[in-house]
Amino acid sequence: MSTATTEQPKKTAKRQSRTKLTIRRFARNRLALVGLAVMVILFLMAYIGPLVNKYDYLYHDYMAFNAPPGGDHWWGTNQGGQDLFALTMRGLQKSLVIGLLVGVISTLVAGAVGAFAAYYGGWADRILMWIVDLLLVLPSFLLVAVMSPAFQKAGWLIFVVLLSAFSWMITGRVVRSMTLTLKDREFVKAAKYMGVSGPVIIFRHILPSMASLLIIDTVIQVGAAVIGESGLSYFGFGIQAPDVSLGTIISDNTTNAPAYPWLFYFPAGCLVLIGVAVSFIGDGLRDALDPNASGAKAKAKKIKTGETKAGATNLSNQLQGPTTSTDVLSPS
Amino acid sequence: MTDSTNPSQPSDSTRTKEGLRPVTDTRLDISQPVLEVSDLHVAFPSEAGQVRAVRGVSYAVRPGEVLGIVGESGSGKSVSSMAVLGLLPESAAVTGSVKLNGRELLGLSDNEMSKIRGKDIGMVFQDPLSALTPVYSVGTQIVEALQIHQDLTKVQARERSIELLDLVGIPDPKRRVDNFPHEFSGGMRQRAMIAMAIANDPKVIIADEPTTALDVTIQAQVLEVLKKAQDVTGAAIVMITHDLGVIAGFADRVQVMYAGKPVEAGSVDEVYYSPRMPYTIGLLGSIPRLDDTERRALTPIEGNPPSMVELPKGCPFAARCPIAIDRCREVEPTLSVKEGNTHPTACHRSHELGDTLDPAAIYPVPEVPEASDLEQRPRGERATVLELDNLTKHFPLTKGAVVKRKVGVVRAVDGISLDIREGETLGLVGESGCGKTTTLLEILDLPKGQVGTVTVFGKDTRSMNRADRKTLRRDMQIVFQDPMAALDARMPIGDILAEPLKTHGWDKERIAARVPELLELVGLNPDHADRYPQEFSGGQRQRISIARALALEPKLVVLDEPVSALDVSIQAGVLNLLDELKTRLGLSYLFVAHDLSVVRHIADRIAVMYLGRIVEVGDTQSIFDAPSHPYTQALLSAVPLPDPRRERERTRILLTGDLPSPANVPSGCRFRNRCPKYLSLDEAEQLRCRDEDPASAKLADDHSAACHFAKALEVI
Amino acid sequence: MGRYLLRKLANNLILVLLAASLSYFVAGLSLHPQSNYEGRNPPLAKSTIAKTLDDVNMNPDTPIVTRFITWADGVAHGDLGKTIDGSPVNDEVGRRIGVSTRLLLLATLVGSVGGVALGALGAIKQYKLFDRVTTLASFFILAMPTFVLALFLKLASIQFLGAGTIHFTGETDPEFAGHWDFAALGNRAEHMLLPGLTLVLIQVGLYSRYQRSTMLDVLGSDFLRTARAKGLRRRTALVKHGLRTAILPVVPLLVYNIVLLFVGATFTEKAFGWHGMGELLVNSITRNDVNATAAVSLFTAVLVLIAGILSDLMYAALDPRVRVR
Repeated sequence: MSTATTEQPKKTAKRQSRTKLTIRRFARNRLALVGLAVMVILFLMAYIGPLVNKYDYLYHDYMAFNAPPGGDHWWGTNQGGQDLFALTMRGLQKSLVIGLLVGVISTLVAGAVGAFAAYYGGWADRILMWIVDLLLVLPSFLLVAVMSPAFQKAGWLIFVVLLSAFSWMITGRVVRSMTLTLKDREFVKAAKYMGVSGPVIIFRHILPSMASLLIIDTVIQVGAAVIGESGLSYFGFGIQAPDVSLGTIISDNTTNAPAYPWLFYFPAGCLVLIGVAVSFIGDGLRDALDPNASGAKAKAKKIKTGETKAGATNLSNQLQGPTTSTDVLSPS
Repeated sequence: MTDSTNPSQPSDSTRTKEGLRPVTDTRLDISQPVLEVSDLHVAFPSEAGQVRAVRGVSYAVRPGEVLGIVGESGSGKSVSSMAVLGLLPESAAVTGSVKLNGRELLGLSDNEMSKIRGKDIGMVFQDPLSALTPVYSVGTQIVEALQIHQDLTKVQARERSIELLDLVGIPDPKRRVDNFPHEFSGGMRQRAMIAMAIANDPKVIIADEPTTALDVTIQAQVLEVLKKAQDVTGAAIVMITHDLGVIAGFADRVQVMYAGKPVEAGSVDEVYYSPRMPYTIGLLGSIPRLDDTERRALTPIEGNPPSMVELPKGCPFAARCPIAIDRCREVEPTLSVKEGNTHPTACHRSHELGDTLDPAAIYPVPEVPEASDLEQRPRGERATVLELDNLTKHFPLTKGAVVKRKVGVVRAVDGISLDIREGETLGLVGESGCGKTTTLLEILDLPKGQVGTVTVFGKDTRSMNRADRKTLRRDMQIVFQDPMAALDARMPIGDILAEPLKTHGWDKERIAARVPELLELVGLNPDHADRYPQEFSGGQRQRISIARALALEPKLVVLDEPVSALDVSIQAGVLNLLDELKTRLGLSYLFVAHDLSVVRHIADRIAVMYLGRIVEVGDTQSIFDAPSHPYTQALLSAVPLPDPRRERERTRILLTGDLPSPANVPSGCRFRNRCPKYLSLDEAEQLRCRDEDPASAKLADDHSAACHFAKALEVI
Repeated sequence: MGRYLLRKLANNLILVLLAASLSYFVAGLSLHPQSNYEGRNPPLAKSTIAKTLDDVNMNPDTPIVTRFITWADGVAHGDLGKTIDGSPVNDEVGRRIGVSTRLLLLATLVGSVGGVALGALGAIKQYKLFDRVTTLASFFILAMPTFVLALFLKLASIQFLGAGTIHFTGETDPEFAGHWDFAALGNRAEHMLLPGLTLVLIQVGLYSRYQRSTMLDVLGSDFLRTARAKGLRRRTALVKHGLRTAILPVVPLLVYNIVLLFVGATFTEKAFGWHGMGELLVNSITRNDVNATAAVSLFTAVLVLIAGILSDLMYAALDPRVRVR
C-alpha cells in the first residue's frame, strides 16, 4: 500500500510535490506508519519465514505434541505435532493474498458498475442497481458457505471470486451517488459540451476524481475480506484441508486452546494484526489523500469561518458504506 | 466617481434619516460606544504555519449606528466578528480587547459569554440555509432564543415568536411558525434569522454578509427588514460585507479591511468620495456600475491578496499598489489620519493623494478596444448565430428525498424566443430560479425532442445527427461560473487546454503549438502549462476556462455567471479580457448573470427573465434608461449603487414575496401577484392581468416587453 | 407515503422471493443430504435412505424443480418444510428466534446507546486522550473477527479467573433450563455475560465510529454556530442541536444492523452454545439440511426487507426534510 501509487504516473515537478505532500501527511500520522510497518513485517514473515523455518507446515513431529513455544518449534506445536509457526505462516500467506485480491477486485467492480450506472442513468442504472439490491438481499455468508466446498476442487481462486462477488455492492452504491454529483460538476459538463464521449469522461475525469475514495476503499475491503475469509474458514466453509488459513488453524485448535493458549494467541494475533494494520493505513490514507474529510475538515472549516458553505457530503461519510459490507460477510 | 474635488464632506445636515440617529462624524459624537474593539488580533495554527487572520482591528459603534466592514474574501472581516462573539475554535489565539458597554468580553468563560450572546449581541449569518438547524421548526428555534434569556412560558414565547416573524415580514406567521427551515425560501430564512437576532432586544447586531446568498430584490427586502429591526431595537449594527453597494446606502461609517487589517476608515461619504488608500481607490474603480452612462474599461487591481501565513514585510498591499515606493516595502503603515486627510488610512502616501497625486489617475486605465468593423455594422446586417424559438423545458416535479413521487410539472423554461447576432453580447439576466441556467444548458445539450427550436448557425438542432452535433460543439463553447469546479484538478492546465483539441482530432504538433498560444491570449505565462489549476488564483483559473473555451476558435461562447465567484478587484480584469477577446476574435457571447451592473458593462443587448419567460428584451441603453416592464424596474431599482449620496436619494421599488415556484405558475401574467403596477390598476385592468398572458410587445426599434401596461420609468 | 411504501414493499417482495428461491436452488444443488446416511455401519439400504429423504423432500433423485415446487407450495402456506431429522422447520425457527431475542435485546440496547454516546463524545473531544483511546480500542475490536473476540473472552476468563468461574456455555446451566425463578435468572445473567459483552463490544466499536464521523461533520456546521450565537452554552448546543442532527444518518444504520443481527449473531451463538438463528445458519449447512438452510435465507431476506423499510421510516420520522405530508 505505498502512497506513491496513488498519483498519476506522469511526473511533472508539481505532481511530485503533491505526492510528496501526501506522503508527508501520511508519514505524520504515526498510527498509519505503524500500520504500514506491521503490514510489511507480516508480508516478509509470511513469505520469508517458511524459508528459514526448518519445519514444513504439513510435517508432523511425533516427538512434540502440543509443545510450548521454544527453541525448536518457535511457536510450539499442535496436537498433531505440526509446527505452529509453519502453519500460521502458511495461513497468513493465504489470508493476505485472498484479502488483497478481493480488495482490488471488488473495488474495481464497484467503481465500474457505480460510475457507468450513474453516468448513463435510465435503464442501465435501473438494471445495475436492481442487481445490487438483489445481491444485498441474498444471504451472502450463507451462499458462499454453501457453495465454496462445492467449488473446492477449482482451488482457492474460486473462493476469491465468490468473496468479491458479494463485497462490491455498497461501494458500488457510493460510487454511483458520487458519480451523480460529479456528473453535474462543471468540469465534467465542460468535457461533455466539448464533445468528449461518455466512457472517456468516466475514465478520464470521474473515476480519477474519486481515486482517494477508491484507494481507501480497497484498503478497507482488504481488511473486510481477511475477516470474512477467516470466518468462513473457521466454520470449515472456506479454505479446505490440507491447505490452511488462519481461520482453519484457530478452528482446529479451539478445544485445546484453554490448555495450550499459544495455539490460539499466535494465529489470532496475526489475524488481528492484519485487521488493525489495515485500518491504520486506511485511516492514514484518508487523512493524507483527502485532508478535507473527517477531522482535518472540521478544523480547516473553522479557520475559514463563514466564507465557505458547509460541505454536504464528505469522504468519511461516504466510506461508512464500505465498512458495513464487512458485516454482510462476517456476522457477529 | 473617485470624487477628489471635494475632500471634506460636510455631512451632518444630510445624514438625518428616519429611525437613525444623526451619527455621522464619529469624532464629534459624544455618546458612549456600545461596542468597542481595540487592537484585536486572531491567529490560527495551520499546516503551513500560523495564519494571522486578524492583525489589529479596532472600531467602536454607538447605539443606532451602522458600521460597515468591507473586505474581500480572506481579509479577516468575518473572523474578527466571530472573535467578538467568542465563537472561534479553541485553537485560535485571540488578543486585544472587546468591550461591550465598557465590560471586557475577551477572556470571559463560555458560561458568561452565553449570557451575552443572543441577548446583548445578536448575530445574523450569511447562509441562512445552513445556519438554521434543519431538524427543528423555525418557531422552535426562535422560542429557544427567547427562553434562553427571558423568563417566558412556552405559550408566551410562541406568541412572541409569531410577533417577531410578523415584524420581519413573514406572511401568515401563525402558520409559518411551525414550518421547518427547508420549507422557507432563502429570503424568508434570512428574515427568520433576523427575528432570532432581535428576539432579546440586543444592543448590537452583527450581520455577517447577510444578503450575499440572496438575489437583489430579496436583498433589498432583507436590508429593509434589518433597518426596521434596528429602528425597533435601537441597536448598533456591524455589517460585514464584500459589497460596496450594500454598505453605501446602509452604513453610516465604513471600515475597509485588507489582509487582516483595516486600511481605511471613515464616514461613508469620506471613504466613497475621497478615498485616500490605493486599495480603496482600486476597489471603487474596479466595480462595474449600474449608473455608468458609457462603456468604460474597468481598472483592475493586479495581483492577488498575500498569503496570511507568510506576510511580506512592509505594507501587505505594496505588491499590488500602483504607487508603492521603497518605504512601503519596508515598513507597514499604521492606521492614522494623515496630513491633509479627513479620515484615517494605513498608507504612507495618503497625504499626497488628493494633493499632488490624483486618486482617479493612479491606476492605469486599460484601453477600451475599438469596435471592430463587424461590431460597427448595424445589427440587421449581421448573421444570426443563435436563435431560440419558443424553447421550452418542463421537468416532472418529485417530492421528498427518500420518498420520491411525482406531484407536478416544473416549468423551468416556458417558451423563450431570442436571437444573437455575430459580434454581439446578449446578457440574460434574472434571479435564481428564473430558468436562465436551464435555458443555457438546454441550448448546450442540443436536444432532440423538446418543444420549440434551437437554431445554431442556421441549423436546427433537431435535425442533426451525431457527427453534426460534434461539429457544432466546436463552434459553441461554454465558460462556467466556478473556475475551480470547471477545471479538473487532476490535470495540468496544458492537458486541460488540449482536451477539446484532442477530442476534435487535432494532431500532437498542432496541439503543442496551440496551447502556449492560448495561454498568451488570456494573459497567462505559456511556461506554466505544466502547472495544476490549484496553483492559480481564482481570476487566473477563470482565464484558463476562457482559454479552453476559445481553443477550437468557436464563434459563440456561452458564459454562465463567469465573474460572480470572483472578488471585485479580480472581476474587473476578467471582464476587460472578455471585452477585448470579443472584439479581437469577433465572438458572440451569451452572457448569463444575475448581476445587472456587470451585464450593463458587458452586454450589447439584454433579456430579462422571470419565471421561465423573457419579460423584457432590448438594447442595453433602452433597458437601463427606459425599463418598461415592472419587473425590470424593480430589479434595477433593487441594485445598490456604490454611491452613498445617490443611494440616500433613491426610492426603491420593493417587491413583495418571493419568486413563485416554477411548478406553480400564476394564471395570466406570471408577475402579477408581485407586481407593484398591478396594485395601482383598476378592476378591469387587473382582470386583464389575471386572465391574459401578456405577449411581448414592441416598444421601440430594439426594445419589447411582455406587459399589458408597459411604460418606461427611470429607476436608477 | 403510504403508496410509496406499498410500491417499495412490492418491489422488495419480488427481491425477497427471488433471493429465497435462488438460495433454495443453490442449497438444493450444493448440499448432499444423502451423505448423512451413506457410509454408515451397518450400511442403510438405498431404498431406506431414499424414503427418509423423500419424507423431508430432499431426495437428490427428485428433480430440483419438483423439489422446489413442493417447498415453495409449503412456504406459500406458511410451512417451511421439515428439517433433516423430520421435525418441522417452523418449530425449530420459532424456538430459535426466542433464543436469539433473549441474547440480543439487552446487548443491542447497551451497544447502540453506548456506541452513540462514545462516538459523540469522541468527536467533541477530538484528538484528546479520550478520543484517542476509544478510537484505538474500536480499531482493535473492529479488526477482530467476532469468533476471535469470543474465543479470546472465553480464554481470558478461564486463564485469569479460572475455569468454571463464569459459566458461559448455553443459555443456562442444565438444571435451570426452562426455569424463570430468581436463581435461574441469576444463572441466565451469568451465561449472558460473555456473549453479551462480545456483542456489546462489537456494536459499540462499530456505531461509535459512525457517530464520531457524523458528529465531526456537524461540529463545524453553521447552525451549531447559530445555536451558540443565540446564547446556548457549548454543551447544550452540542447536545440539542449537534447530536440531534448528527444522529440522523446513524439511526437508519442502527436500525438496519439491529434487525439483521437476528441472523447475524452466528459466531457469538456458535462460540457460546446458544441455539439461536445464527447457529442454525451454520448447523443447517454442516448437516446438509436443505430446508433449514432455505428457511434461514428466507428469514434473512425478509429481515433485510423489514430492516430497509424500518430504517426508511425511522429516517423519515426523525428528519423533517424527508417527511412527506
